[in-house]
Amino acid sequence: MARIAQRFAELKKQGRRALIPYVTAGDPESWVTVPLMHALVKAGADILELGVPFSDPMADGPVIQRAAERALKHKVSLTQVLDMVREFRTGDAATPVILMGYLNPIEVMGYEAFAGRAAAAGVDGALTVDLPPEEAGELRQALRRHKLDAIFLLAPTSPPERIRRIAAAASGFIYYVSLRGVTGAAHLDVREVAAKLEEIRRHTDLPLGVGFGVSGPEAAAAVAAVADAVIVGSAIVRRMEESAAQPDKILTEVPRFLAQLRAAMDGTAPQMQASGASR
Amino acid sequence: MSAYDLPDQRGHFGPYGGIFVAETLMQPLAELRAAYERLRADPQFQEEFTEDLRLYVGRPSPLYPAKRLTANWGGARIYLKREDLNHTGAHKINNTIGQALLARHMGKRRVIAETGAGQHGVATATVAARFGLKCVVYMGSEDMRRQAINVYRMKLLGAEVVPVESGSKTLKDALNEAMRDWVTNVENTFYIIGTVAGPHPYPMLVRDFQSVIGREVRYQIMEFEGRLPDALVACVGGGSNAMGLFYPFLDDAEVALHGVEAAGEGVATGHHAATLCAGRPGVLHGNRTYLLETDDGQIIETHSISAGLDYPGVGPEHAFLKDSGRARYAAITDREALAAFHELTRIEGIMPALESAHALAYAAKLARELGKDKSIVVNLSGRGDKDIHTVAQLEGISF
Repeated sequence: MARIAQRFAELKKQGRRALIPYVTAGDPESWVTVPLMHALVKAGADILELGVPFSDPMADGPVIQRAAERALKHKVSLTQVLDMVREFRTGDAATPVILMGYLNPIEVMGYEAFAGRAAAAGVDGALTVDLPPEEAGELRQALRRHKLDAIFLLAPTSPPERIRRIAAAASGFIYYVSLRGVTGAAHLDVREVAAKLEEIRRHTDLPLGVGFGVSGPEAAAAVAAVADAVIVGSAIVRRMEESAAQPDKILTEVPRFLAQLRAAMDGTAPQMQASGASR
Repeated sequence: MSAYDLPDQRGHFGPYGGIFVAETLMQPLAELRAAYERLRADPQFQEEFTEDLRLYVGRPSPLYPAKRLTANWGGARIYLKREDLNHTGAHKINNTIGQALLARHMGKRRVIAETGAGQHGVATATVAARFGLKCVVYMGSEDMRRQAINVYRMKLLGAEVVPVESGSKTLKDALNEAMRDWVTNVENTFYIIGTVAGPHPYPMLVRDFQSVIGREVRYQIMEFEGRLPDALVACVGGGSNAMGLFYPFLDDAEVALHGVEAAGEGVATGHHAATLCAGRPGVLHGNRTYLLETDDGQIIETHSISAGLDYPGVGPEHAFLKDSGRARYAAITDREALAAFHELTRIEGIMPALESAHALAYAAKLARELGKDKSIVVNLSGRGDKDIHTVAQLEGISF
């Protein structure tokens, strides 16, 4: 069974929600990423989302764009990101890792080469932000050949026929963008999110993750009450930025923040406290 | 050969174009597509557009036989399509009028735009004033510094100019920022893209609005030549003035099409913006097209004396025309463009934009190649007043 599906199945059995932190690979220094990934798992991450830095991250807000700029200062490439995953895998064979990024670096590497190398490195899925399912056919096939999940976004503006189409194209889980706008924007309306998730569930049995706007423990708890996974990006990256000059601090501060999110989420689902304590 | 009918339903020009955006923008783009399909076939909308082009922009723009220039070059007869005489001094306004009308029909009261040199920003601010729309223009802070007068011009027109500090602080970053604004405010906001790039339907609708240029040339040339020209020449940054000129001639195989990119300090130096000549296919800003990028697929900063050509991508239809061989693309250096700027100014008393000067410099070579019994139409896409500071600075003159 694929690692992502397996992880969601385990969580479901335990009555728990997945916590998925996002970090940009190579931010602020290349050496930080792998130890940080391990520290995030220890602090309660169920799945890791690793951003592949891109020079023109159109769908991201300023916080994640600056993270990409910090990483690109050291010329962190897709190849290096795959190396990081390979290194992470030597110490952790269980935690699913998803790459999130833009299409162009993958185009340059070639779809088949990317899928093959990503699978060999221990990647479990890819979310290509600027690749809607209409244009995704070839990449999806390459990912499938190498047993990688193709993760797609759904938005508040997605009409029913798109929900159906995306549900059919997606595997692993579906990433619901909880608000209009870019990553890191404010104003998450949980009631609106809940209604939309209910609509999406009519079309798919895939787990639903919610991201774009989960700013802290309260929002994480609120989202955990309605979604299968809580995805936290900008709020984490902002903390990394604050400590960008002292990368050592990142390795303690960021996992501490994640642990707060974990605690808040676990508080919303009392039946999972037992397993939460064992982490 | 069957008539040219691209893009297809999904916005593809062969392998290029398409829609490469985050899910959040898919529905707004679908709405734009639907609105445009409806209005494109609506005679009343076309009438409105045509009237504004006539009475507000001052169309048709003249096709000017440049006899002294022709004699100077000693080759093919040169005609200049005078887009520089349009209101606001460039071809950009053809497109902003069209999109502002579209915005109004879609009930959007706020328009946004990205701008590099400020030409498209000024053209957008102008039509926003004309139609009473709120206007926000995104501009790289580096470009704002270089183009202070255009920034002030936009402000006088009532637009808010937002400095973009991310990335290279230039046009591509302004485009990213405008997309972000659009995604956030899509309910009341129309994004007026300035060139034939971006996700479908933008490359198509910008081309359609600009193709008035080529349609006018088709009948204007008859007065002088009694037949279609042998070649068309236009500069290509994103490529909207070139597409506007080329499009009505795509099915006329006897008319050669030449796009001219910015070679900056020379393509071999790496400091250039010659995307089609030196780039390779990739995906940026919502479409698949030729790009200037690193081996890792990161977009690189470009260089050109002319801010309007300083863009690491290019319209997807040009990418298609290049691969199909229907159009040819060449590059002209800063130095060659500057020489052409001076030459036209001194010989014909017409000061071209530095963008258009690239087309002129190439046309000079082509004129000699084709010889005296041929004719060439050069798109003089804009006037050079905006570039006086740049030219003076290069020649060590300060005011």
